[in-house]
Amino acid sequence: MNDMRFVETRVTTNEAKFTAKDVQVYYGDNHAIKDVSIDIEDKTVTAFIGPSGCGKSTFLRCLNRMNDTIDICRVEGDILLDGEDIYDKKVDPVQLRARVGMVFQKPNPFPKSIYDNVAYGPRIHGMARTRADLDEIVEKSLRRAALWDEAKDRLNAPGTGLSGGQQQRLCIARAVATEPEVLLMDEPCSALDPIATSQVEELIADLRTRFSVVIVTHSMQQAARVSQKTAFFHLGDLVEYGDTGHIFTNPEDPRTESYITGRIG
Amino acid sequence: MTDTNASRTAPKASLLTIDSHTKRRQAAEKRFRVYGIVAIVIGMLFLAVLAVSIIRSGLPAFTKTIVEVEFTLTQDEFDAAEKQLFKTKAYAGYFNAALLTKLREQGLDVEVDAKAIERILGKTGGTIREFYRANTEQIGQPVAFKLAAASRVDGYFKGRVSRDTLQDSRFMQLSDLDLVDALYSAGIIRQVFNWTFITGADSGVDNPGGAGIGASVVGSFFMMLVVLGLSLPIGVAASIYLEEFAPQNRITDFIEVNISNLAAVPSIVYGILGLSIFIQVMHLPQSAPLVGGLVLTLMTLPRIIIPARAALKAVPPSIRDAALGVGASKVQTVFHHVLPLATPGILTGLIIGLGQALGETAPLLLIGMVGFVARGYPDGFIAGFTDPNSAMPAQIYTWAARADVGFYEKAWGGIIILLIFLLTMNILAVILRRKFERRW
Repeated sequence: MNDMRFVETRVTTNEAKFTAKDVQVYYGDNHAIKDVSIDIEDKTVTAFIGPSGCGKSTFLRCLNRMNDTIDICRVEGDILLDGEDIYDKKVDPVQLRARVGMVFQKPNPFPKSIYDNVAYGPRIHGMARTRADLDEIVEKSLRRAALWDEAKDRLNAPGTGLSGGQQQRLCIARAVATEPEVLLMDEPCSALDPIATSQVEELIADLRTRFSVVIVTHSMQQAARVSQKTAFFHLGDLVEYGDTGHIFTNPEDPRTESYITGRIG
Repeated sequence: MTDTNASRTAPKASLLTIDSHTKRRQAAEKRFRVYGIVAIVIGMLFLAVLAVSIIRSGLPAFTKTIVEVEFTLTQDEFDAAEKQLFKTKAYAGYFNAALLTKLREQGLDVEVDAKAIERILGKTGGTIREFYRANTEQIGQPVAFKLAAASRVDGYFKGRVSRDTLQDSRFMQLSDLDLVDALYSAGIIRQVFNWTFITGADSGVDNPGGAGIGASVVGSFFMMLVVLGLSLPIGVAASIYLEEFAPQNRITDFIEVNISNLAAVPSIVYGILGLSIFIQVMHLPQSAPLVGGLVLTLMTLPRIIIPARAALKAVPPSIRDAALGVGASKVQTVFHHVLPLATPGILTGLIIGLGQALGETAPLLLIGMVGFVARGYPDGFIAGFTDPNSAMPAQIYTWAARADVGFYEKAWGGIIILLIFLLTMNILAVILRRKFERRW
């Protein structure tokens, strides 16, 4: 496959940003994630792949405790961010989410102006003392999300008036504006056309230099293009986790092989 | 020949001819459309009948019949009258003389006796004496007296009273109507806009002409202030808590079921509750807009909470995710994003709830906010929350229950005023919804 060009530029193994040990997630009686242990590295793009309903999104949402908002959801096991248990009683999930940003499947800009969308996070976290500081953060974030050139003349236009791809990049700009350490992306391109997808993918490659990026995707080509590490989930199990090149060319588990060759899923 | 070939030779249905199945489907669709139009036409017809009958019966309440006579009282006449035993009778005599002169000037020759004038105008002497005793500087000056005509004269001009209905009346004679006609053609008796009806307080049972809805408008206003001031914060806080923060468990389920049930409880039950708790236990003043407001708040709360919760629920969850995702707390998420988006729905529910409260009569009857209220009006406004008062619907109910037919038009006129307030509130709801509506 031509578009399966693996990122071969990795030279060193980075430190683990997230360490998950024996994580179990239950939705009521439904055991959605079984015994998942994984180390997610810093300054690396990690892709979660797997068939629908396999638990990859659920696991992703555990990493910034978005599952807390679901009443029936229960998480067991340890998830450490830089060695600290994020499910410790003393942890305020809001503080965690400021460090672990998230981009969702469907572009979900606030029904406010483009400027206010990006400035919202910095504002509530008190990151800018003056209007000029805030302007700078907004510009920097929009540039990082490759949206500055398109949006600079219409910062006061509503964010919901942008096209789908632009909206998703606006959401990425909003997420990076709070200077997170990890960026979680839940199928960020599933609602986008190929051109917008490739723009977002370029962006992800760029973001890797600053953050650790975890991306859930249904597209194996996308996983192969953007990630250095890939984790394959199946029915709540983490079946295989390793270097992307390795997973796609030489999978160890027969289920992984079946999935990436299109026999299951 | 195979089956395929056979079916190909079979006559194919043309799209231009309509088969029986399609015909039946089209007939059904047409029938349904006709049902809908008929239903709407019937509804509009009822509405039109209602509007026309309200306006026809209610408009006369906004006019009143007066007799206007200009006359000058000299100092001598004043002194002479004050020396007499029946002082008011003397003043009535002056007035009658002036009236007679005026009629003669117009070239009308009719019998005018004091009794007839009294039947048409009531006792005029008292009013005139009151005026001159209060304004002695007016003695010697020409003064145009505008005196309200009796209820039956008023009714005669409005078509309520005719010569036939007066056949055996003890209160009026047919010859009086001749005098009224003469006065009318002389321009002495005429109809003017009835400001008393809009600004005045209720009058006694025998004086429909002096009855006004103003005091009860003020009563309703104070009540609505109480309802707004209590039910907006309580209702919105309760719905935000239940919708956004409360855990899903048996207690919240129980509360939810109860809120829905309370919205369906007949309003008179709230009246009994208000009577037994606010008045008998808490000893709040009877007939006070404060108590009325409290009772109506109880009644309105579930009706505000239900649409407010629906409005909050209608905000897409993706907005909540987005806010939580950038590290907003639950409270920030609700107040920065969810609440602004739910505002139009909450406001609509609030105004509809207030509208229902404004038109509610039954609970007010039980806490005594009904009946004759003239005390302190219009001076007692500031203490209005605890002063005995009535409310618009209760006032209308009182008028409708009175024997004098003159109150009939007052009741309808009161309904017009009430409907104007309700319409204003509904228009306000629409405007607010348009203003705050945002798309996402």
